[in-house]
Amino acid sequence: MIAYITRRLLLIAPVLLGVSIGSFALLQLVPGDPAMILAGQEATEEVLTRIRHEHGLDQPVPVQFLVYLRNAVRGNLGISIQSRQPVATLIAQRFPFTLRLAFLAILVSAALGVVAGIVAATRRNSMLDLAALLGSLVGISLPIFWLGLLMMLVFSVRLQWFPAGGSGTATHLVLPALVLGASSSAVIARMTRASMLEVLRQDYVRTARAKGLRERIVIYRHALKNAMIPILTVFGLEFGYNLGGAVLTETVFSLPGLGRLIVEGIFARDYPVVQGAMLVVATTFVLVNLLTDIAYAFFDPRIRYE
Amino acid sequence: MSDPARAAAPRGSGFWADTLHRVVRNWAAVAGGTVVVLFIAVALFAPVLSPYDPLKGRLGERLRAPSGAHWLGTDELGRDVLSRVLHGARITVQIQLAAVGLALAVGAALGLAAGYIGRWVDQLIMRLMDILMAFPGIFLALAIIAALGTGLGNVIIAAGIFLVPQFARVVRASVLTLKDMEFVQAARALGQGDFAIVFRYLLPNSLAPIIVQTSLRMATVLLTASGLSFLGLGVQPPSPEWGAMLSNARSYMITAPHVAMIPGLAIALVVLGFNLLGDGLRDSLDPRLRE
Repeated sequence: MIAYITRRLLLIAPVLLGVSIGSFALLQLVPGDPAMILAGQEATEEVLTRIRHEHGLDQPVPVQFLVYLRNAVRGNLGISIQSRQPVATLIAQRFPFTLRLAFLAILVSAALGVVAGIVAATRRNSMLDLAALLGSLVGISLPIFWLGLLMMLVFSVRLQWFPAGGSGTATHLVLPALVLGASSSAVIARMTRASMLEVLRQDYVRTARAKGLRERIVIYRHALKNAMIPILTVFGLEFGYNLGGAVLTETVFSLPGLGRLIVEGIFARDYPVVQGAMLVVATTFVLVNLLTDIAYAFFDPRIRYE
Repeated sequence: MSDPARAAAPRGSGFWADTLHRVVRNWAAVAGGTVVVLFIAVALFAPVLSPYDPLKGRLGERLRAPSGAHWLGTDELGRDVLSRVLHGARITVQIQLAAVGLALAVGAALGLAAGYIGRWVDQLIMRLMDILMAFPGIFLALAIIAALGTGLGNVIIAAGIFLVPQFARVVRASVLTLKDMEFVQAARALGQGDFAIVFRYLLPNSLAPIIVQTSLRMATVLLTASGLSFLGLGVQPPSPEWGAMLSNARSYMITAPHVAMIPGLAIALVVLGFNLLGDGLRDSLDPRLRE
């Protein structure tokens, strides 16, 4: 197990390095002089020279990157052009909200998806199975932002069950989490169904049935436990997908998360904010996937020896 | 039907004939395919089908509900929603074809190189793909838009690059399986060069997974591109791009919900069509899924 974890850690090191090169390169890719982007169009040559020196832009690009990397590792992601606050502070204010939203969405999708998947698999080719299949296809096809507006129209404007936007109380998060969880639950339902069908064919399930165990125990104690293992990895991927979907959900429901921070940063050409937020999101995603892979190896020893 | 050979083999053989036969038996592929064909037809004939100019509105007819004169009502500038949705299909098809084409060309080339050459080339390419995939969901597209700016061309690049790793992985996996098969070994033993092996044996035999991916990714591209436009970071108004239409219509959600609902419905329908088609094609084309 330790050998496996070490191997996985070694594998993500180059990815994290690449991610930091990617977010560093963002500013280099923007057409125009980086100093002018940081200082604004009307900056004088004097100011530009000062900015170049302050940000190390007068250094060769590889040196600039090493400085960027060193600062990032120390938690210094630069200063926001717009608010003049440290980018790390802005992210620390906004990211917990997005993480909570993505986590709630995963809970929603786990509950909906796993149940639908089990029902579909145990009643294969029934009307329920067909309904779950169709429902999951519709679920992955609905644009998040449209589903959000639709839910808002029905549950906030017409029925007035939930607030239409903003944050503060738990009820503010119900609709966003449902919207964000909808497409993940579709993916998880399909995975659960496929995985359950695979497991239900196994000999040990036949043995359990032959022993005369009740179907409920066969399904939940013997089959589901084993079927859940491959679904674990999907949770990791879906968590990352939800971080992406949060950008849209936060816009629809006017929520103060990291997604909004990035979008506002792009509008304001506040590149340090965009760079920093991208770096944090990608690093989080890589780490979440690492954790799910380790969990996978923990539950399924076969993986460790591949 | 007097020809005995025909009677013995009721359907044609070969990849395309077999595929067609299996696809037709699959209701999902047929339903999805119908939606996709209709969508492409709408995109092609939008100027003929549209009752009004998609960009010109009458301010006296703002935010009208659907009626005989305007089947899907009018928007906040008095423009005909039906005409705008129909013209939006044209923009959508352009984005989809260009972005998926880009992703397919780059991704397939990288996947072929990684799978066929192997060793450090494989390592280098696949780690590069891992890095691209580390930016989850729409973030990679957002990063590209942040660097390049908004607009149709940049949306295509953003939505396309996002999909390069998907195509690279699929093609690489297929090449890795095929590379050691006997017919490829035989071709090599007969003195066929790398070029011939790649283009006569590996690529044609990877068509099935590539076709499935293409259909599924047409759906992803639409969701990504319309999402960017919805955020105001994609195709810009007054273009009748569906995401941009929806974004504009948000302000009138309560008084005129149809203006926002209709472009969203169009996106959902087309995405569902491509997903059904891709799913159905996978069931028909992937031998591992056949029971």
